[in-house]
Amino acid sequence: MADWEGVRLHVVTGKGGTGKTTVAAALALALAAEGHQVLLLEVEGRQGIAQLFDSPPLPYEERKIAVAPRGGDVYALAIDPEDALLEYLEIFYKLGRAGRALKKVGAVDFATTIAPGLRDVLLTGKAYEAVGRRRTGRAEYDAVVMDAPPTGRIARFLNVNTEMAGLARVGPIRNQADSIMDLLRSPRTAVHFVTLLEEMPTQETADGVAELRAAGLPVGAIVVNMVRRPPLRPADVAAAGSGRLDRAQVAAGLAAAGLPTDAATVAALVHEATDLAERVALEEQERGTIAALGRPTYELPWLTDGMDLGGLYELAEDLHRQGAA
Amino acid sequence: MTPAGQGRAPVLEVDKILDDPMTKIVVCCGSGGVGKTTTAAALALRAAERGRTVCVLTIDPARRLAQSMGLSELDNTPRPVPDIDGSAGGELLAMMLDMKRTFDEIIVAHSDPERAQQILENPFYQTVSSSLSGTQEYMAMEKLGQLRAQAEAGQAPWDLIVVDTPPSRSALDFLDAPKRMASFLDGRFIRVLLAPARAGGRAYLKVFTAGMGAVTGVLSKVIGTQLLTDAQTFVTAMDTVFGGFRERAERTYTLLQAPGTAFAVVAAPEPDALREAAYFVERLAADAMPLAGLVLNRVHDSAASDLSAEQSLVAADRLAATTSHPMVVGLLRLHAERMQRISRERRLVGRFTAAFPKVRIARARAQASDIHDLDGLRRVAAELAGTPG
Ligand SMILES: Nc1ncnc2c1ncn2[C@@H]1O[C@H](COP(=O)(O)OP(=O)(O)OP(=O)(O)O)[C@@H](O)[C@H]1O
Ligand SMILES: Nc1ncnc2c1ncn2[C@@H]1O[C@H](COP(=O)(O)OP(=O)(O)OP(=O)(O)O)[C@@H](O)[C@H]1O
Ligand SMILES: [Mg+2]
Ligand SMILES: [Mg+2]
Repeated sequence: MADWEGVRLHVVTGKGGTGKTTVAAALALALAAEGHQVLLLEVEGRQGIAQLFDSPPLPYEERKIAVAPRGGDVYALAIDPEDALLEYLEIFYKLGRAGRALKKVGAVDFATTIAPGLRDVLLTGKAYEAVGRRRTGRAEYDAVVMDAPPTGRIARFLNVNTEMAGLARVGPIRNQADSIMDLLRSPRTAVHFVTLLEEMPTQETADGVAELRAAGLPVGAIVVNMVRRPPLRPADVAAAGSGRLDRAQVAAGLAAAGLPTDAATVAALVHEATDLAERVALEEQERGTIAALGRPTYELPWLTDGMDLGGLYELAEDLHRQGAA
Repeated sequence: MTPAGQGRAPVLEVDKILDDPMTKIVVCCGSGGVGKTTTAAALALRAAERGRTVCVLTIDPARRLAQSMGLSELDNTPRPVPDIDGSAGGELLAMMLDMKRTFDEIIVAHSDPERAQQILENPFYQTVSSSLSGTQEYMAMEKLGQLRAQAEAGQAPWDLIVVDTPPSRSALDFLDAPKRMASFLDGRFIRVLLAPARAGGRAYLKVFTAGMGAVTGVLSKVIGTQLLTDAQTFVTAMDTVFGGFRERAERTYTLLQAPGTAFAVVAAPEPDALREAAYFVERLAADAMPLAGLVLNRVHDSAASDLSAEQSLVAADRLAATTSHPMVVGLLRLHAERMQRISRERRLVGRFTAAFPKVRIARARAQASDIHDLDGLRRVAAELAGTPG
């Protein structure tokens, strides 16, 4: 059984550039496998999903973007805060022309700029709406995956509805905020962290996990991305790390391969192995920090040929194999 | 041994810039995670150990690096970095930017106490001061202006300021921040909110009357009268401060164009980082800002570069078939990976150099581990200066 049975909203965060968009997309594919319907949400207005799937910029509209392994669909939506606000006003207030007037005078821009909180209310609100949406008697989406803001902003982003409650004391915004918080604090939501085996992203992850826990928000998995498999056997890495690689043996191997066996070449190769050993040791340290967080952890390989659709399916399979979906 | 991407690019002579007493400001910019903070700290340390009195303004340094520089708290005050080599007569002071506090200070400095209080307590101020996009960039610039003014007024000892820039996806964010801030403050809606409070506001408001009645009506309906009033109070209270903001931003911008400033554009030899670096270089040229050169950080090299990736892989496969030298098979595959990486980096840097043949380049190799102490910074700086120990 997969680790996130019952979770309807997957929020993917992580330090900038660690692979949030990539992992969110791979997770959406994995969750959609075997006939499920999954919505992939982008909230940062960067069109990262379109880029990843090599499609033209996404309009403010849910579009089928990929077919999952063994049947199932991934839909994508890039949420534009302005459009989301207008849509929201339309639903709740049937504004019509007045809504457009707001936009024209710059109020929408102002509102979403001066009150980033309002922007975040709209973004989380859209996720909430998609999770709850029903069609022909059942949920339209089996899961919603959000490519969320980075670790430094995630707690605040998800908690915005609590904050908003402080500003808007009554009225429909307040009611909406309360319902959204109910979803975000429930076991139907999981916030996954993407990290690398490096100091800063791991530290940020640990801080982010602590912050979410303090805010009563559900921490999901840790996804360790871009993991590189050392081409050396573990014993050889250990030997290199403690300066015990046998140079005579290296020279003998090079000779057997018909390569130069001069001391400089041998020293260079040994040095490269020492570098690797140092990196592996640091990575082990980071793994320890991650393990101490006590969350399900998945590792995704560094794809040497760069990221493309094929690579994305590979990562989805990896997540599936490790029980993420 | 040729570092990756040697090409024919002219060399950025780091020491010449750092030693030149005319150099007053070094700005390290670039896209996220490329090594801006590391480079800023490394250059500042080197300049100080070569005899200058340096203030380095860092933004969100990694915890261990901050500790090694004696930065244990975010207090907006430059403090002496212990354990530097002061034998050349130099000194290093370091600080971490406290964005919120910098913002608060501006408010206090530019309005009377009563008004300042009003602003600081407004619920909108809280969000604006901590999360308005570009605020961090703007505050970094503001702080730079302050540090420079302090030095000029003889209130502070430094004669060189090295500035780090905030993490952002685009290197341009730093330069665009003041303009973005200004255009936000000049926004039509802000003026509408301000209109009733201003002398000439009536006439202005009239133009909008038709639309405005509906707009304010709708707004108070949607966000609540309380919220609208808060917003209005906030904007009105900030109004007096706005002018000051714009003026200061412009002054700092001018400062950046002065000949005493040197921009170091930091990039890793990766496609995204180099693309951002290219944008930035173009932008500096367009804005007449003095580019010192490109700092190419985390470059890979090999002491066995005569042994190509292809050769290594063929040999590794051949050797693997004999099963007699598994350790060497591993070493060869590892070497092949490194050589592939080196050639990819060279290709990327070569492309940059082809597009910008005059941009000077300094390089620092990728160290096996993070840079988290003064020795690590010294090593990086020495490599950038072309004098690795
Ligand atoms: N497992 C992987 N192997 C190789 N490359 C990867 C892997 N995961 C991500 N990448 C690449 O790393 C880069 C950053 O990934 P991505 O855009 O998903 O990160 P992000 O966290 O969403 O970044 P941002 O903070 O800018 O939104 C992209 O170029 C992506 O293709
Ligand atoms: N030459 C190098 N060799 C090895 N590690 C390095 C090198 N330069 C920087 N690093 C490490 O890379 C990480 C990122 O560097 P740094 O914090 O300086 O980047 P940055 O551009 O300031 O990032 P951000 O955009 O997040 O502010 C740090 O852990 C740092 O120690
Ligand atoms: Mg992304
Ligand atoms: Mg930094």
